[in-house]
Amino acid sequence: MEYDEAKEKIKVELTKKLKTKSKFYFNDLAKILGMKPREAKKLINQMVLDGVLEYWSSGSTSMYGMPGTGKQSSAEHED
Amino acid sequence: MAKHETPLLDQLETGPWPSFVTDIKREAESRATNEKGVDYQIPQDACEDLLGVLELSFKHGRTHWKHGGIVGVFGYGGGVIGRYCDQPEMFPGVAHFHTMRVSQPAGKFYTTKYLESICDLWERRGSGITNMHGSTGDIIFLGTTTPQLEEVFYELTHNLNQDLGGSGSNLRTPSDCIGAARCEYACYDTQAICHDLTVEYQDELHRPAFPYKFKFKFDGCPNCCVASIARSDLSFIGLWRDEIRIDEEAVKAYVGGELKPNAGAHAGRDWGAFDIQKEVIGLCPTQCMRYEGDKLEINNKECTHCMHCINVMPRALRIGNDRGCAILAGAKAPILDGAQMGTLIVPFIKAEPPYTDIKEKVIEPIWDWWMEEGKNRERLGELMKRQGMQKLLEMTGLDPDPRMIQEPRTNPYIFWKEDEVEGGFKRDINEFRKYHKR
Ligand code: SF4
Ligand code: SF4
Repeated sequence: MEYDEAKEKIKVELTKKLKTKSKFYFNDLAKILGMKPREAKKLINQMVLDGVLEYWSSGSTSMYGMPGTGKQSSAEHED
Repeated sequence: MAKHETPLLDQLETGPWPSFVTDIKREAESRATNEKGVDYQIPQDACEDLLGVLELSFKHGRTHWKHGGIVGVFGYGGGVIGRYCDQPEMFPGVAHFHTMRVSQPAGKFYTTKYLESICDLWERRGSGITNMHGSTGDIIFLGTTTPQLEEVFYELTHNLNQDLGGSGSNLRTPSDCIGAARCEYACYDTQAICHDLTVEYQDELHRPAFPYKFKFKFDGCPNCCVASIARSDLSFIGLWRDEIRIDEEAVKAYVGGELKPNAGAHAGRDWGAFDIQKEVIGLCPTQCMRYEGDKLEINNKECTHCMHCINVMPRALRIGNDRGCAILAGAKAPILDGAQMGTLIVPFIKAEPPYTDIKEKVIEPIWDWWMEEGKNRERLGELMKRQGMQKLLEMTGLDPDPRMIQEPRTNPYIFWKEDEVEGGFKRDINEFRKYHKR
C-alpha cells in the first residue's frame, strides 16, 4: 500500500471511531491497514514522524492516537 | 524548615533500613541551599512537593499521580513515562513529574566521571532523584517537566553518548550479568551479546509495535544473577555441554579444610568442618556425583548444570570448555495470569558473534508469531499458554526435545499430528479385530 493511501485510511477510520475512543493499540492500526504488523510498522512510524499520529504511553503499554484528540481524562475512564 | 509536614513519611525513616524518604529529604535540602550554584531548570522545591504529595497519598490511601501521557522525545515511542500530579495547585513543584529511562551500559560498568555527569545533568534539568536501577535495569531519572525532556535527551545523546531505554510496548533495554568481565563462571560473553542485540534491535527498542513489553536478559551461567529465568520473555542462560573440569588436588584441599567452601562466603558463623558428602554429593539434584577413595567423579550426562557443586568448590570444579547458552521463553512477573518461569526452547546454542542463528532462528520467528497472534497486553508467556508450546515450536521450526519437559506425562504438550505418523491415524478395523475381540 502506498503511504498516502495508508495515511488517509488511518485518518478516516480513526476519525470515525473518535466518539468512542481516541487511543489505539498498534494491532488495531495494522488491522485497519490490513497488513501484517511488521509491514505496517514502517508506515505507522512514518505517520508518527509526520505528525499524523502520536504516541501515548502508560509506561507499560503504548498506544497511538491523532494529535490533539486524546484527552488525559479518557485514561482515567471518565469519558 | 520543611515545606510540608510529613509525619507519616518521617515514621518510615525510623526502621533499620536505608530510607528513600531520607534520600529525598537530603536532595530537597541540597536544592534549597544550592551550594553548588546549580541553574535549576525545574522548580527548586520539586523534592519538597514530592514529599508533600506522597504524604497526602498515605493520608488518603490513594495515589495522586495520573496515569501515563503523551510525552516523549521526538521519534521515540519509549523511554519517557508521563506523570502528572492531580493536585497541581497544592504541589506545583511536581505538577509534571515525568520519568525518563536511560539505557544502562551492558553489565552496568560506569566510570565515576560518567556517573557524575549524568547526576549533574539530572540535578540541573530534573529533580536530581534517580533510581539505580529500575527492575528492567535502566537508570531511572525520576521527575522532570515536559519542556526539559528534549533538553535532557539532547545532552544525553550529544554530550554523554548515551541513549534512552525502552518502555511501553517495546523491546525493553536488554540487561545482562557482569559475566566474563569479572566472573569465571561465564559460559559466554553476556556483555557482547547484550550490546549487539541492543544495537541490532534499535527500532524495536524505540518504536512500539509489540502487543506488550518484551525483555531479553542474559545470564552467563545458571546462577542467574539477573534472574533472566524469572523475568524475561527470552532468557539466555550460559551452559557447557562437555564436562565439569575437576582438580582432584583442590578437592582434597576442600575436604582437608585448607580451602574454604563457597570461597569463605559463610564465614560469619561456625558451621563445623566441611563435609563433602553432605554439602556437595548429597545435594546434587540429580545424584550424579560420587566421592570415594579421595576421588571425585561426576556422571556429566546426568548433570543438570545447577551450579551447586561449582559454587561450593570453585577452586576444584570449573565449568566445561564447550560453552554456549540455553534459551528459555515466556517468563514474566504477574500481570494477567500470575508469575511464570521461562520454558526451555533451545537446550544449547553457541553464543558467538554475529549471533545469526539466535537472531534469525529464535528471536525473529518468535516476534513474528507474537506480533501477529498476541492479544493486546498479552506477554509471550501468555500466548504460549493460550496457543500451546507446540504452536511455538511450529512457528520457530525448533525441534521438540525431551529436555523441554520436566518429566514424562506431566506436561505432554507435544502431540503427533496425523501427517507426521506413518499410515496416519486411520486403522483397518478388520486387521484390528484379528487381535482384539469386540
Ligand atoms: S550469572 Fe553466572 S556468569 Fe553471570 S555473574 Fe552470575 S555467576 Fe557469574
Ligand atoms: S552442577 Fe549440579 S547437577 Fe551438575 S554435578 Fe554439580 S551439583 Fe550435580
